[in-house]
Amino acid sequence: MRYSYYPGCTLKTKAKVYEDTTLQTAKALGLEMVEVEEWQCCGALYPLNTEEHFSLLAPVRALSQAKELNHEKMVTLCAGCFNVFKRTNKAMREDGELRRKINDYLEEDYLGEVDVVHYLEVLKKDIGFTAVAEKVKKKLEGRKIAPYYGCLLLKPRNEMDFDDVENPTIFEDFLSALGATAVEYPYKTECCGSYLSMANEEVAETAVGRILKSAYKSGAEAIMVACPLCKYNLEEYQKQLQDVAGENGKMSVLYFTELLAEALDV
Amino acid sequence: MKITTEKINSNLVRDVEEVSGQKVSACFQCGKCTGGCPVVWAMDIFPHQVLRYAQMGLIDELLHSKTLWICASCQTCDSRCPREVDIPKVIEALRLIIMREKGGNYLHPNDLPARVRENAPQQGLVSAFRKYAK
Repeated sequence: MRYSYYPGCTLKTKAKVYEDTTLQTAKALGLEMVEVEEWQCCGALYPLNTEEHFSLLAPVRALSQAKELNHEKMVTLCAGCFNVFKRTNKAMREDGELRRKINDYLEEDYLGEVDVVHYLEVLKKDIGFTAVAEKVKKKLEGRKIAPYYGCLLLKPRNEMDFDDVENPTIFEDFLSALGATAVEYPYKTECCGSYLSMANEEVAETAVGRILKSAYKSGAEAIMVACPLCKYNLEEYQKQLQDVAGENGKMSVLYFTELLAEALDV
Repeated sequence: MKITTEKINSNLVRDVEEVSGQKVSACFQCGKCTGGCPVVWAMDIFPHQVLRYAQMGLIDELLHSKTLWICASCQTCDSRCPREVDIPKVIEALRLIIMREKGGNYLHPNDLPARVRENAPQQGLVSAFRKYAK
C-alpha cells in the first residue's frame, strides 16, 4: 500500500523519534510512505473564525501536492497537523465560496479529493489490528500503559470523525494488539493545556498534574501519546508527580510508534 | 455593571457574531460548558458567562477578562453544547478584537523563558503565537 505522507515541522526536529519510528514500522508492515514535495508548516492550529482564509493556503497547497502524487490518502502523525488538514479538507469539500477563493489565490484546482488519515487509522482500518498483532515479534506483555488522547485527534466531533469523543478506544485496541495492558483512568481525553505552556505555564502545569497523577495512581508505568505538544507538556511538568510518587517520581511519555517499533522489533 | 439597550444592540456584539460565525443568543445557559472546562479554575468569567455577557452586550467587560487568554481551545465545551454554540470561536473573536488594535499582542518572543524557547516543540510555539499575537 502506498500513501502520501505529510510529516510537519515538529517531526523533522523536536519529534524526530516520532518520524523515525513511523517510517521504520511502516516499512516493516509493508507500507510505502511518499513524502509530499515542498510542504510548508500547516499553521499548527485551524483558524477558529470566519474570515481568516490566508492561514489555509499552506495546508491546501500541501493537499494539492499530495493529489499530484496520485495516492488516495495522505497520512499525518502530529495531532496538530491532523486536526488542521482534516478540517481544511472538509471545508474545501463543503464550502464553495472558500474553495473558490483559495484556489483562485493559489492557482490550483483542489476540490478535496485527497483523504486525510492518521497513521493509527491506517493501522486499524487498512492493515487491521489483528494483522498488526500477527507481525508482533516481541509482545509487550506485562507493560501497563496509560493511553492519552488529548484533544486535537478527537475534536470537534463532527469534523474529526476519529473516534468517540467522550470515550475513545482506538489507543486501547492498539495497545492490546501489541500485547500491552491499557490502564483505565479518568483523564485520558482531558486537555493537557496545549499552548498555555508557552504563556500561562501555571495553568498548563495544573492540567498536566491531574493527568500524570491519575495515570500514576492507576498503575501506569508510561503514558502513550500521538501529539508532540502533549508529550512536551507531560514531560515538562513531571515534578507534579512528587505528591504521589515521591521526590524522584517519573513517568515516561512515549509516542505510540515507539511502542510499535519495540513490539515489531525494528 | 449596567445593561442598556444600546449595549445589547451595539456593533461590537455584531462584530463578535460575524467574526465567530456564532449566534450568541442561541445559548440558554445550561452550564455544561463551564462544568466540563478543564481550565475553568483560572478564569474570571466562566464559559457560560462569556455567552451571557455577550447576549447582554457587555463586550467591554469581556475584553478585559483573563478568560480570553486562558482558554486552550480544547473544544470540550462545544462538543457537549446542546445548542451547538462553538464557544472557542466566540472567545477567539474577542481576542482578535484586542489583537487587531495597535499594541494588542499578548505574547512577544522575548517573553518566553529560555527553557521554553529551547525545548518547546515547533507545534507549541507556532500555536501560541497564532493565538496570542498578530
